[in-house]
Amino acid sequence: MLGRLRRGRRTIRPRRHIKPAFAQPCTPIRRDERNDVALETGRTRLLISGTVLILGFAVVGVRLVNIALFQDALEPRAAHAPHASELRMGRADIVDRNGEILATTLQTASLFANPRKILDADEAAHLLVSTLPGLREAEIAAKLKSNRGFVWLKRNLSPRQQWDIIKLGIPGVEFQSAETRVYPHGPLAAHVLGYVDIDNKGLAGVEKSFDTALRSNAAPIALTMDVRLQHLLRIELMAAMSTHRAIGATGIILDARHGDVMAMTSLPDFDPNAQGRASDNQRFNRATLGVYELGSTFKIFTTAMALDYGVVSMEDGYDATKPIRVSRFTIRDYHAKKRWLSVPEIFMYSSNIGSAKMARDVGGDAQREFLSQLGLLSPAPIELPEVGTPLTPKPWRPINTMTIGYGHGLAVSPLQLAVGVSSVVNGGILNRPTLIHRQPESEASNPPPRGDRVMSEETSQDLRRLMRLVVAKGTGGKAAAPGYLVGGKTGTAEKARRQGYNRRSLISSFVGAFPMTDPRYVVLVVLDEPQGTTKTHGFATGGWVAAPVVSRIVEHAAPLLGVGPTDEQAPAVLRQLDIELKPEGRRLASY
Amino acid sequence: MPAIARDDSSIFGRWWWTVDRWTLLGIGVLMAFGMMLIFAASPPVAERIGLDPLHFVRRQSIVLFPSIIVLLFVSMLTVRGVRRLSAIAFGGAIALMVLTLLIGPEIKGAQRWVVISGLSVQPSEFVKPAFAIIAAWIFASRRLGADIPGYWMSAGLYAAVMALLLMQPDVGQAIVISVIWFSQWFLAGLPMIWVGLFCVLGFVACIGAYLLFPHVANRIDRFLNLSAGDTYQVDRAMEAFLNGGLLGRGPGHGTVKVYIPDAHADFILAVAGEEFGLIACLFIVLLFAAILVRGFSRILHDSNLFVVLAATGLLLQFGLQALINMASTINLMPTKGMTLPFISYGGSSLLALAFGMGALLALTRKRVGGQE
Repeated sequence: MLGRLRRGRRTIRPRRHIKPAFAQPCTPIRRDERNDVALETGRTRLLISGTVLILGFAVVGVRLVNIALFQDALEPRAAHAPHASELRMGRADIVDRNGEILATTLQTASLFANPRKILDADEAAHLLVSTLPGLREAEIAAKLKSNRGFVWLKRNLSPRQQWDIIKLGIPGVEFQSAETRVYPHGPLAAHVLGYVDIDNKGLAGVEKSFDTALRSNAAPIALTMDVRLQHLLRIELMAAMSTHRAIGATGIILDARHGDVMAMTSLPDFDPNAQGRASDNQRFNRATLGVYELGSTFKIFTTAMALDYGVVSMEDGYDATKPIRVSRFTIRDYHAKKRWLSVPEIFMYSSNIGSAKMARDVGGDAQREFLSQLGLLSPAPIELPEVGTPLTPKPWRPINTMTIGYGHGLAVSPLQLAVGVSSVVNGGILNRPTLIHRQPESEASNPPPRGDRVMSEETSQDLRRLMRLVVAKGTGGKAAAPGYLVGGKTGTAEKARRQGYNRRSLISSFVGAFPMTDPRYVVLVVLDEPQGTTKTHGFATGGWVAAPVVSRIVEHAAPLLGVGPTDEQAPAVLRQLDIELKPEGRRLASY
Repeated sequence: MPAIARDDSSIFGRWWWTVDRWTLLGIGVLMAFGMMLIFAASPPVAERIGLDPLHFVRRQSIVLFPSIIVLLFVSMLTVRGVRRLSAIAFGGAIALMVLTLLIGPEIKGAQRWVVISGLSVQPSEFVKPAFAIIAAWIFASRRLGADIPGYWMSAGLYAAVMALLLMQPDVGQAIVISVIWFSQWFLAGLPMIWVGLFCVLGFVACIGAYLLFPHVANRIDRFLNLSAGDTYQVDRAMEAFLNGGLLGRGPGHGTVKVYIPDAHADFILAVAGEEFGLIACLFIVLLFAAILVRGFSRILHDSNLFVVLAATGLLLQFGLQALINMASTINLMPTKGMTLPFISYGGSSLLALAFGMGALLALTRKRVGGQE
C-alpha cells in the first residue's frame, strides 16, 4: 500500500521560477528536479501547518485576555450550585408501622490530627483528654508525637464535643464529617433491623436485604413492626428466660389475616449500635434462621390435615392404651390416659399415640403435600437474609410420618410454625409473611395478594374450637387471658443430640391465637432449654413455662391492637366454640 | 557584537555569523523568564511536600548551565553531525525507555522516569527531538529517490516509540510525537486522500485512548463536564489569572499560586499571570509565536529537504508543546502532562529542549551550497 504513495506526485504542480539558490552544478539533473518538486510541496504544506499553529497561539492570547480581564469567563462555574435532587441525605431511615424511627443516619464529626503541624504534643494531648475524658493521655501524646501526617484520635463526636475541641484552638487538630447509622431503640429489634459496617453497608437483617433501596432512596422504609408490641414481647421473653434460666428464647406476634410480622424477637440479642462487640450466639436469629423440632404444636397440623382429608371426624378417636412400637422406636404419651381417646381428647391431652396413628392413617405422601402447602418444607419467604432451611427426613419413611405427626423428625423455624398456624386459624388461607408495611392509602389501589386456600373453612373452624379447648380445659390453661378468648397448643420437644433425644434439654413452646371466635393475631413463644422452678413444681414444659408468657403478652397487647375483651361465657361464644369431648356410642363402635 | 569581526573564520566566528541570532535571543529570554518564574512558583510547592523552599530553584539552576552548553554545542554541529548525534541519542533514549519499563519507579500511576547515578531522567523527552530528526532523514531520503523502504522504516520506528510510550503510559507525549510524525510525512508529500484517512485514524486513536486509559478518560470527563469531578487545579489557575489582572500583583505577591499543586511545572503560566499580569503572559505567547515564525521563515528559504523536514519537526515539537501547555492551563483543553518549553521546572525537559532547539539552530544556519 505504502509503495503506491509515490503517485502522490500527481498532485504537485512544480513551479519552475523558484530555483534552489545554491544548486550544485555537479548534481545530476534528475535528483535536482526531484528535490525541487519535493521542496515545493514541503514549503506549501509548511505554510499550512505553520499558519494553523500560529492561529492556535492567537486563540490562546485571546483567551488569556478574556480570563484575566473579564470575570464573565468564570461566571458559569461560580454560579453552579448543586440542584436539590443531587443532595444526598445519606442512608434512608427505617421506621415502624406507626412511623417511629428504628434506624437513622446522623452526621457526626470525627477527630484527627496532623502530628507534623502539632506544636506541643504533650500540651495538646492534655487539653484533648480534659475535653474528652474517654481518651488516654499517654496514648494520645504518643500519636501526636509520631512522624505521620494523619492519625485518628476519636470517631463520632457529638456536636457539643466538637464545639469544645474547636474552642481549644489546637493547631493541627481537624475534623472529618462522616455519616453514622444510629439505632435509637438499641437492641430492641436487632435481628430484624440487622446492622451496617463502618462504611454504612448493610451486613444483616433489613439493612442487608434492602441495602440498595436504603442507599438510593430518600424515603424511609416502613416495617410492619410495632415498637410497643416489640418492647412488650422482648421484656416478657427476657423475664421468662431469666426465671427459667433458659439459654435462649424467641417470640413472634403475627397478624393472622395479612401475614404482617408485628413483633419478632430473638434472645440473647445485641445492640446494633455496637455490633462489633456482639457474639455469634447473640447475632443468631432464632426466629427465622434457627430450625427446631417444635414438638406437640405440630399436632395442630396433623389434626387439621386428618380432618381436612376426611380421614377422621371430630367424633372419631384412637386407642391410646399402649405405647406404639415401630421397629426400634417406642411412641409414648406424656400425659398418658391409657384408654380410647376421641380426636378432641387427643388434641387436648396432647396424645402422641393418637396423633401418630392419625398421621399414619393420612399417609406419608398426603402429609408431605399438606405440610408443603403450609410452607413448612421450604424456607420462610420473609424479607430477611437470615432464613433457615427446614430439615426434612430423607427418605420419608412411615416412622417419620408418625413422629412428624407429633412434631419430631422435622425441624422448622419458629416463623414457619407461626405462619402455618395463622393459616389454620384464619379460615384456611396461607398468607406470605412480610416485614414491609403497606401504607393504607396504597392498599386501595394495590391490594395485597390474596393467599392460597390450604384447607376448608370447616376444618379451620374445628381447629379454632380445639385450640380453645386446650386453653379452656387442657394442657394450655396458663395461656388464658380473661376476656380475650385465647386458644393454642403447647409444645415440649426434647432436643436431639448425637444419638436419640436428651430428656433434660427441652424446647418448650406455646403457639396461641386470639380471639378464637375470629382470630386476628397469632402469638408464638419458644424457650430454649428452660429449667423448672418451685412455682412450676419443677416442670419445664410448654404448658408451664411458655403458656404464661403468651397470657401476659395477650393481656397487654390486645388493648394496643384494638382487640376488645368479650364475655367468654356469652351463649353465642360458647355455641361457636363448644365441643363434645366423648361422643356417646362412638367409643364401642370404633373399637 | 562588534567584538566578532565579519571575516572571523574561527569556528565561533563562523557560527556567530551563520546562526539565527534572533531565535537564540528568544530562547535566552525564555530561559531567563523561566528561572524567574520558578523562583516565584516553586517555594510553596517545595514547602508543601516538606522540602527546602529553594529545592526546585537549586535543582533547575544545576541543569540550566549544562543545558546552555548543550544548546550551543549542538547548534555548532554540521547537518551531518546533527544527524549522527540524533541517531546516537535516539538509540540511547529507546534503550532507556525499555529500561524505564523494567526498573523505573511508578510515580503517580506511570513509569516514566529512570534513575541514572542519582539523577532521575525521563527518556521520553529525549526521544521526541531525536525521533523527529531520524524520521525526517528517512522521509527525505525516500522522497529524493533513495532505494529504501522509507515509509515502512519510519512507520516501524514510529510504532516502536508509540508502543514504549503507551506502555508507560504517557498519552500526552504519544500525541505530540504522532502529530510531529504525521506533519513531517505531510510535508514529505503524503497524498491528500491519505491525509484525510490519517485524520480519521487519529480521531479513532483519541477515542481509543479515552476508552483504554482511565486517567485519560477522567481528565476528558472533567474537562467536558464542569460540575463533575475534581477540576481543582484548573479552577485555581483561572483564579490566579483573574487575580493578576492586566499588570499582575507583583513578584512574590501572588496568593492563589500557593494552592496550585503543579505551579512550578505544568501550571507555571498561571503564576506568571498572577504575579506579572496579562502583559507578561501575552509577552510569553508572543515570544513563542515569534520563535516559531522566525523558524518557519528560515525553513521556507532552505533548499535541503532533510533540513526542511527535520527543522519543521523540531519547531513543531517546540510550538505544540507550548500550545498544549498553555491551552490546558487556561482550560481550553483537558490537562496534559506537558511542560512549557524552557520555562517550566523539569531537568529532562530542559535538557531535551536544549538539544532539540540546538539542532534546529544548527540546521537553520546559513549554509553555502549543498554543504552538509
